[in-house]
Amino acid sequence: MVLAAIRFVIMSQLSVLLNPITALGRWIIFIVQEMGRIAIFFFKSFYLMFSRPFQIKKILQQIHFIGSKSVFVICLTGAFTGMVLGLQGYHTLVKFGSSGFLGAVVALSLIRELGPVLAAIMVTGRAGSAIAAEVGIMRISEEIDALDTMDINPLRFLVSPKLAAALISMPLLTALFDVVGIIGGYISGSLLLGISGGIYFSRIETSVEMADVTGGFIKSIVFAAVIVTICCFQGYYTHTRREGFGAKGVSLSTTSAVVISCVIILITDYVLTSLLL
Amino acid sequence: MREPFIQFKNVYKSFGENHVLNGADLSIYKGEITTIIGKSGGGKSVLLKHIIGLIEQDSGNILFDGQPLSNMKKAEKKALKRKCSYMFQGTALFDSLTIYENIALPLKETTRLSDSEINRRVKDKMDQLDLNDIDEKYPSQLSGGMKKRVALARALVTDPETVLFDEPTTGLDPIRKKSVHEMISNYQLKFGFTGVVVSHDIPDIFHISQRVAMLNDGRILFEGSPDKLAQSSDPAVKEFIQGLYTGNDNGCIQTDKKN
Ligand SMILES: Nc1ncnc2c1ncn2[C@@H]1O[C@H](COP(=O)(O)OP(=O)(O)OP(=O)(O)O)[C@@H](O)[C@H]1O
Ligand SMILES: [Mg+2]
Repeated sequence: MVLAAIRFVIMSQLSVLLNPITALGRWIIFIVQEMGRIAIFFFKSFYLMFSRPFQIKKILQQIHFIGSKSVFVICLTGAFTGMVLGLQGYHTLVKFGSSGFLGAVVALSLIRELGPVLAAIMVTGRAGSAIAAEVGIMRISEEIDALDTMDINPLRFLVSPKLAAALISMPLLTALFDVVGIIGGYISGSLLLGISGGIYFSRIETSVEMADVTGGFIKSIVFAAVIVTICCFQGYYTHTRREGFGAKGVSLSTTSAVVISCVIILITDYVLTSLLL
Repeated sequence: MREPFIQFKNVYKSFGENHVLNGADLSIYKGEITTIIGKSGGGKSVLLKHIIGLIEQDSGNILFDGQPLSNMKKAEKKALKRKCSYMFQGTALFDSLTIYENIALPLKETTRLSDSEINRRVKDKMDQLDLNDIDEKYPSQLSGGMKKRVALARALVTDPETVLFDEPTTGLDPIRKKSVHEMISNYQLKFGFTGVVVSHDIPDIFHISQRVAMLNDGRILFEGSPDKLAQSSDPAVKEFIQGLYTGNDNGCIQTDKKN
């Protein structure tokens, strides 16, 4: 058994060297299949969100976990992101004598890009990893099989409430991030570096359009779906991993859940930005 | 001749190089308790999981009332699952729910009973299994034997027609073991349910079961009444039974959960 496993690993490593095109092809087929499975996983869970009876209590619990408990970390990161934007923006703009535009720079970069992306990455780190580990442990302790034997749909029971909660919480967390960031920019740009507060805020008012806000809102909703789907998916199929079983498998699933979520967030961010602009 | 309720026909199942079932044939009759015995790691749990569809066979057929499980429509499978209940060897209780919530879960999620009715049924089962005053505890706060009984309560709370028990008494003390056996047998007398029990409790389990099947090397080596098992002349059956009888003087066998 062990020898066979070692031989398999060596052969698969060798094949990459010997035949890179086959290896690449195999890898691409794997990725496409995996994406298809994730998409089906998402659509099923999304559809089951609306099946009766609604799981209001569970959704509220998840909003508490994904949403409320992330407020502190969102405020903290939001404030410092805004402050550093204020600082960097000031020193750049002052070279062109246009430091009055600081409010516009800070608000637009936060509302369009940094707010949705950074809030999503923070939520991935805080809640996404926990979701992947929780679902993974339920899988290896046969709890998901138990749901199946009780004729309780595991996707409806486990994934749908998390998905609903994330779709509700993420836009709010993103809005919070934006507001706190703008205040952070005010603190560094105005209170510390001396731009007039009136100019800072009036520039925001004149430069930010509804389209910017809607764009950020759409992004945050898409990211919410990405985080919950990928993190639940990794945990749900933790038993099919070849590299490790049991606790090891769960730890690997948690890691890949966070890494894949972050990568997909950044990729979809680019795609969405190019579509929205 | 009686028609079997559940029938395995030449079922094969391998996990990679590990051939667990090699053409298993087994008949389970309605209203009877069938006990499956066999070596640890011999594939008893795998066999049981095939019945409820948690594992799918590589080849061969599993029939319910003469109808193959693999040909059934989704709705039919669902209806079948509703009537079946499975007790996991490793209990599979929900760590994040309290004991009460664990037992009430199948009723809450799959029926439209009122809260007071659910409460009555759950309390009823908890009383029968000597599980009082632990409603608000979590599974990780209980002993192994208590968890077993909670899992048993959860499996029986829906009053299912068919129950698959994977080692319901392993790890229980002799008194509790006896009460679990009594409970299973009372259930059968009252509701006439079909039970499939994987057990190492020889010979106690024979008193409540009508049929015994012995799984050996991925096949059913013996199938029949407990009396016939005792008279069997097959050397492998004899060795297994005698090994168990001589291994322990009071007849209660304590086999380790995992080898
Ligand atoms: N999901 C799985 N993936 C891979 N192998 C498995 C899986 N489930 C069981 N096996 C293998 O199948 C074999 C039989 O396992 P099973 O759990 O059915 O034994 P058992 O007869 O129930 O033993 P015990 O009396 O100890 O519970 C074992 O060798 C086990 O390694
Ligand atoms: Mg077993």
